[in-house]
Amino acid sequence: MRAKIRVAALAAGALCVALSATACAGAGGGNSAGDPNAINVLMVNNPQMEDLQRLTADNFTKETGIRVNYTVLPENDVRAKISQEFSSQAGQYDVASLSNYEIPFYSANGWLASLDSVAKDPEFNQADILPAYTASLTGKDGKLYGEPFYGESSFLMYRKDILEAKGLTMPEKPTWDQVADLAAKVDGAAPGMKGICLRGQPGWGQVFAPLTTVVNTFGGTWFDKDWNAKVNAPEFTAAVDFYTKLVRDHGEAGAAQAGFTECLNNISQGKVAMWYDATSAAGALEANDSPVKGKVGYAQAPVKETKSSGWLWTWSWAMQAASKKQDAAGKFIAWASSKKYEELVASKFGWSKVPSGKRISTYENADFQQAAPFFKAERFAIENADPKNPGVQMRPAVGIQFVGIPEFAALGTRVSQGVSSAIAGQGSVADAVAKGQEAAQKVGDKYK
Amino acid sequence: MSTLTPAEPRSSVPAPHARTNGSRRRGKSRMDPTRNNTAAGVAAWLLALLFAVPVLWMILTSFHSEVDAATNPPSVAAGLTLDAYKEFFGATSGVSPWPSLINSATASVFSTVLVLLLAIPAAYALSIRPVKKWTDVMFFFLSTKMMPVVAAVLPLYLFAKTAGALDNIWFLGLMYTSMNLPIAVWMMRSFLDEVPVEMLEASQIDGAGLLLTLRKVVAPVAMPGIAATALICFIFSWNELLLARVLTGVVAGTAPVFLTGFVSGQGLFLAKVCAAAVVISLPVLFAGFAAQDKLVQGLSLGAVK
Repeated sequence: MRAKIRVAALAAGALCVALSATACAGAGGGNSAGDPNAINVLMVNNPQMEDLQRLTADNFTKETGIRVNYTVLPENDVRAKISQEFSSQAGQYDVASLSNYEIPFYSANGWLASLDSVAKDPEFNQADILPAYTASLTGKDGKLYGEPFYGESSFLMYRKDILEAKGLTMPEKPTWDQVADLAAKVDGAAPGMKGICLRGQPGWGQVFAPLTTVVNTFGGTWFDKDWNAKVNAPEFTAAVDFYTKLVRDHGEAGAAQAGFTECLNNISQGKVAMWYDATSAAGALEANDSPVKGKVGYAQAPVKETKSSGWLWTWSWAMQAASKKQDAAGKFIAWASSKKYEELVASKFGWSKVPSGKRISTYENADFQQAAPFFKAERFAIENADPKNPGVQMRPAVGIQFVGIPEFAALGTRVSQGVSSAIAGQGSVADAVAKGQEAAQKVGDKYK
Repeated sequence: MSTLTPAEPRSSVPAPHARTNGSRRRGKSRMDPTRNNTAAGVAAWLLALLFAVPVLWMILTSFHSEVDAATNPPSVAAGLTLDAYKEFFGATSGVSPWPSLINSATASVFSTVLVLLLAIPAAYALSIRPVKKWTDVMFFFLSTKMMPVVAAVLPLYLFAKTAGALDNIWFLGLMYTSMNLPIAVWMMRSFLDEVPVEMLEASQIDGAGLLLTLRKVVAPVAMPGIAATALICFIFSWNELLLARVLTGVVAGTAPVFLTGFVSGQGLFLAKVCAAAVVISLPVLFAGFAAQDKLVQGLSLGAVK
């Protein structure tokens, strides 16, 4: 009896192994990497990318015969997946959306294919791309590794009607002291309305995006040019103190959890009078279904010690070095970042939806100017952003709202947790920067 | 559920299960209509409602417009709309959720079948005819669950890449099989433990062979247990996100991965995510309802004997 059972069990086991082996053998069939006329694109799921998804089949595929398979994921997930995919050069994806934070060190690692062929295409017209981007997407070897899909700086958005009702005016280039003063005055201007919305959510790309620009203009920096950490320096501390105090006194409710989306909701629903954040938010504020359309004014990023303090950010297309379809991928990038694509979006969804902030010609387009009352402020902010020299001292790496090294994501996020706690009232700024200094110095020592 | 902790190995000497008797006593006392039971009933209902509220909230939100879904304080009485569901089925994006739902179904069904094929014989060899040192075997099965999946993700990814199994739904199904197998073996063992030894002996005396015993004696008693195990394995595979996100890409993406795609860093998404979550929960809900009778039997096996 027992022997029979053993035989039966063995047979069952063997069957299962055989089944799974067949399953593995079928592997090749499931992968689309073999289709020469299809490319795979991995991208963040921002609204501009959703529009792109909707327009690809009827336009790009129709014109070129190249099918595009998209994988869209939220920002943090897409970052994790891209770094996994590109560091192992798995070759699953031909194109990915990368920012000007990653592209310099991704290209230095040899993970990206050069886009010089796209740049040389006269129809693409690389000279039309704002030079700040071309510079920040160029690798150390002088080759271009990314083409911007859309770009942004940061500026101050404020409710014109609220300020006017209070008899206040917003300077075109305000200082942080002026903004703090205005925030106090408009706090409570309408029932349930706070003075200003500033991100407080932990994350290097959340609270530290606006906060690092404040640090820069207060004369602080993460590292001096010799990689000495400066997180507990008086200027850095003063900036964090100022930011924390402003958001605690006159900032949005639940500030320690508020990121870009929460602030966008807050200003749209009349819960804050001002908001300092990405210029790309303005498109949503001026969209047809926005309750605050036409009521928002735009001023430059507030300053203290520097002339300007807006950040520079672009979601760009980069090609994996291991891609076997670089020709098709190049065609896709040239199409998605083209002027023609912007016009296509404008004709289908309106000019306020155009993935702007990258081409000079867009800012000169009369239709765009009309649909985007923020165009002047945005262009000025982008053109005045200097990723190589954003503060008062020399920097060891490029980047305005970030330090252009792979370790910064983890470092910034770690330090941001202390800052976020301070915003929530559960810790002190002094504590946060002291711990931040320690963590930053460990990173800095690697580069010394 | 009955004995999850391995007790004594079964011997051929008929020995009434102490646990079974205990359950029977509990079963009797539940029938006494006392005030205590009313209070317990109210508490049970309250607890059930408490568990249901987030789900009901999700369903309500899925019928709101994005703007209403994002208001704070929440607007409960806002008008209802099907927009979020239209969005989910690709009304504006043109992206159909069906491939990912089919992928999820494929991986879940494939892995559940495989798990049952492996777990039932294993449980048989651990319960009805226990192998030597069967408690060690049980512990070994359990120990495979002790390493967090996240620690294995990178090696798995690199292995899949080298083996050419990235973005392959069958490979994912295989991963789910190994993920669920230990749980299934543990569950099946405790269910098979409930098969009365007397019945096995009686069938042997009557001259039934192994296969006949399995089919006519073990299967009917164990069926509720098999149903419960299958449902649990199906749910775990259907809901799995971490491995799916790492190992799949363009063609093999599963429903949970598709769902996360609606979470946007810029713009409103709550209603869409809720609608997606509702639709993706439906198959599990249906499976649960379909198996409800068997499930209640399976989960309270021992009490009804």
